[in-house]
Formats: sequence, structure tokens, C-alpha cells
Amino acid sequence: MNFSPSVIPAKAGIQNDKRSALWRWIPAFAGMTMLAATPANAATDQAAGTPAWALIAYLASGVLFILALRGLSSPASSRRGNRFGMVGMLIAVVTTLVTHDIASLPEIAGAIAIGGTVGFIIARRIAMTDMPQLVAAFHSLVGMAAVLVAAAAFLNPGAFGIAEGGVINPVSRVEMGLGSAIGAITFSGSVIAFLKLSGKMSGAPIILPLRHFINLGTIAVILGLCGYFTIDQSPWVFWTITALAFVVGFLLIIPIGGADMPVVVSMLNSYSGWAAAAMGFTLSNTAMIITGALVGSSGAILSYIMCRAMNRSFISVIAGGFGADDSSGGAAAKTDRPWKAGSADDAAFMMSNAENVIIIPGYGMAVAQAQHALREMSDILKEQGVNVKYAIHPVAGRMPGHMNVLLAEANVPYDEVFELEDINSDFAQADVAFIIGANDVVNPAAKTDKSSPIYGMPVFDVDKAKTIFFIKRSMGGVGYAGVDNDVFYMDQTMMLLSDAKKMCEEIVKSLQH
Amino acid sequence: MDFISILSIFVLACFVGYYVVWSVTPALHTPLMAVTNAISSVIIVGALIAAATTWDTPAAKWLGLVGVVLASVNIFGGFAVTERMLAMYKKKER
Repeated sequence: MNFSPSVIPAKAGIQNDKRSALWRWIPAFAGMTMLAATPANAATDQAAGTPAWALIAYLASGVLFILALRGLSSPASSRRGNRFGMVGMLIAVVTTLVTHDIASLPEIAGAIAIGGTVGFIIARRIAMTDMPQLVAAFHSLVGMAAVLVAAAAFLNPGAFGIAEGGVINPVSRVEMGLGSAIGAITFSGSVIAFLKLSGKMSGAPIILPLRHFINLGTIAVILGLCGYFTIDQSPWVFWTITALAFVVGFLLIIPIGGADMPVVVSMLNSYSGWAAAAMGFTLSNTAMIITGALVGSSGAILSYIMCRAMNRSFISVIAGGFGADDSSGGAAAKTDRPWKAGSADDAAFMMSNAENVIIIPGYGMAVAQAQHALREMSDILKEQGVNVKYAIHPVAGRMPGHMNVLLAEANVPYDEVFELEDINSDFAQADVAFIIGANDVVNPAAKTDKSSPIYGMPVFDVDKAKTIFFIKRSMGGVGYAGVDNDVFYMDQTMMLLSDAKKMCEEIVKSLQH
Repeated sequence: MDFISILSIFVLACFVGYYVVWSVTPALHTPLMAVTNAISSVIIVGALIAAATTWDTPAAKWLGLVGVVLASVNIFGGFAVTERMLAMYKKKER
């Protein structure tokens, strides 16, 4: 075999990094295992099981995937991490192809070429604002692939080495059933999440009567059938498990409102991992098991972070229905309170005379595509000696870290962007808090009003800033949680009622005069 | 490999995943989701095994080939979009 993957990461490892000793050593190890993969070894008899070098190669690709995630601990090391991931994938694919008798390569090459081209084009063209729905769409593909692999393994167990004389090992049957079920749930759930996120379907929760009963009942039936599958490998058992799982995925996600989609996307991310892990068990493949465990825990942790940032339990999010009932009757009575309108000139004047400005972007900024105009505004302010920082709430946007990507796209340096805990104490020293397209994450009701649906959610202490500018399309609309915001009516608040992008452009113009 | 060895690898990998993911900076959570998406498509290994078989069981072969297509969309798309995002993160020019 004429390629040595050790070259690629070794090159990447030359860039200086404090932890570079480890970074260089592990890819070298991966490379060594691949060099051991001589054609002579590769010719090991298929019936004798997977050759040892292949097992080590799969392990190496699993380790490279761990390094890919480890690289994301800092933007500086992240791109090298991503390349480790690519090398890991290459090793896994090549090892599989080399250790199996391939009836004909052209079909496989064609399939990879078609899929690869489609994926590559999508990745190139997708707007950063649409990232959440892209990720949801990709999750659905992983889910579907898991179902297809499980079905193929069921139809042709001999090729996967999990059957003796047409009888599939009972343990493999459970793994196969679970893999197919999780994959199917991931697929149909992700399709619904995709439709909701891309606005092709209303974000409002669809509440069915007795839904908890139906969902839990169906899941119980699926698990029961997986158990029954061990004593009866009839096709109907497998197909019923798969079909029911498709239905459950659909039923689970339709009652969940648009505001909770970040949690749903993370959760489906986790499921796609568990599906891969289950198939890894079926195939006894360490690369798949390690990856599945990594992805599974990654999604679970992200869901947990999102839930914590909204002060809601994971169960209540999954049970759905949030935002369905327009409660808080108090909000309607409050809307007549007086508020102050400001203009772009006011904002330009106040900010150019300020010392510290904190910008709080939210989903509204993404919708208006205002990130470039916003960066231009802060550039001018910085030239005038104003200290500008960005504050990002964990649930800002439609997926974890979405705002950071949008600001990065607009060339905002990442060391000017801060997380909630790191910046919240700075508001007391801030002259201006500039809120653009955010609402619930600055609502003081989360700290004071026990009856509020967002009570207990950690929020930015914008009320401590000397002046607040609040860009909002109109006074009528409320945030995603559907609650009124006291910040609108505070003495130091000026409402800038306009499209976020237009307002930023006007402020820029005004600053230039 | 026997079931217990595989289970051990799985459980240990869950712990590795737990600690590695907590060390990811929140600013990179979107790229994290994109790249986990790409690597979970290692399921292509299973699809390749099915696709590599002869046409004796055409259904399994077709399922495998479609699986390879779907997983490839994810692998190429996932890594490419992650790379594109990561390239945008820049430090302040000094």
C-alpha cells in the first residue's frame, strides 16, 4: 500500500504548540501502524477474522477522532484537529476496503464520488446563517445510513461475519435492532428539526392528545421487539422495529417549539453517535465504537449546556409544548408603559463618547444579516478609542455557538467575543450596552419575576450599564419565550426601532460625519 | 473480539468523550457539531462492507451503496464546512 498518512499530521504538527509533544507523537503512532499494513499482511484470510493490523488501524482512526475534538479546545489548534479527523476517516475507509473482498470497485468509487461532490458543494455554498438546518440535515443522513447498514447486515449477515449458517448471533440481533431504531429516530427527528429550523414548517409546537402515553408506549414496544428479536429472527420483527422508530422520531420532535430547537439539534447529534456506536458493536469495529461514544457524549453535553442556560430540565424540553400557551397575562397589561425612542444619531453620539461598549447580538442579528454592518460600526468606534466587546449568551442563535460563527464570518476577532460568565461583571463599568436582535437573554424578569416562564435563566445584567440601546423591529413583538421585557421601559434605555442591518448602517454613516 | 472487550472500549471512550468535549471552547460549539457529524459518518465502514459484496443479495448491496452515498455526503460536507468555519476564526491583528 503506497500511502503514508503520517506525513500529513506530522507536517501540521510543525506549527508551534505547547502540547506539541503529544500532538506529534500520536499521529506518528498512527503512521507506524499504517506502515505495518503491508500487502502481505493484508492478504490474511477473510474467514480467519480481521487481521491484527486492521484492528490497530481502526484504533488509530478512533484516536485521531479524539484528537480532532481535542483540537477544538482553542481556535488556534482547531484546524489541525480537523485534519486529524480527515486522516482518521481516510484510514478507516482504506482499511475497510483493503480487508474485504471487493466484488467491484467502480460502484463504490462512484457512490463515494456522488456523495462527496454533493456534500462538498453544499458545504461551499451554505450561508452561515443556515448552519443549524444544515447540521440537522446532516444528522438525518447519518441516521438513515445507520438504518441502511443495519438493514444490509440483516439481509446479508454472512458478509458482516455475524451469522453461522444463516442464523444471526442473538447479541448481534439486539445491536442491529437498536442501531436501526436509533438511526430511524435520528432520521425522522432530524427531518422535522430541519423543516422547523428552515421555516418550511411552522416552529409552533404541535400537541397531540395522549402524546406522552403514545411515545413511551411505542418506545416500550420497540425495546420489547428488540428483546423478542433474539429468539425469532423473522424479517417482520426487524422491519417493525425500524418502522415504529421512524414514527417515534417524528412524534418526539413535532411537539417541540422552535425556541427549543438548539437542544433538539444537540440531542439528535447525540443520537446519531449512539446509532454509530450500536452499529460498531454489530461489526466489532473500534473506530465506530470510539466515534459513537465521542459523538454521543458530545451531543449530550451540548444539550445539557443549552438546558442549563435556559434553566430548564432536559425532560421538560423533550416533553415539548414550550411556547404553546401564551400565558403571562401580566404582560398584556404592561405594554402601555412609556418608553423612549432613540435615533441612529443618538446612538452614534453616545457610543463615540463612551469608554466601554458591550454589544449583545442575538438571533435577530442573524436574520437581518447585520453582522458585517455591526463589525464596521465597532471598527469605527475602536478607531476612536472606544473599548468594544461582544457578549454571547449560550442560547443566542439557533444552535450552540451559532453567534460566534456569524461574528467570525464578519471578521470579528475571537478574542473580543466573551461568554456570559466572563463578561457579566463588566456591565457595571459599561457606558453603553448595545442589544441587537436579542431579547430574552437580557430580560431581568429571569432574575426577579417568579411567575415568568424564563425565571431562573442566567441573563446579562444590562440594567447595570449607564445607557442601553435596544435595536428591535417594533414594540409589538416579544422574544421567543413570549414575555415582555422591563429593559424596554427603563430610564436609561433608548429603543432603536428599525431593521438591525439598516440601523447599524445608519449609525456607521452618522459616526463618519 | 468478544462482547466484554468491546463494551470496555465503549465505556472508556464515553469517559474520554466526556472530558474532551468539556474542554471544547463554547465559541467553537457549532464547528464541534459539524465535525462530530462528519466523524459519526464512520458508519460508512458498515456501508462499504455491504457494498463490497457480490450481487448475490442485490437488496443488501443496494442498501450498502446508498449508505455509502449518504455517508460520503456527510463526510465531505461535514469536514469541508468545519474547515470553512474554522478558517474564519481570527485573532486580533496587533
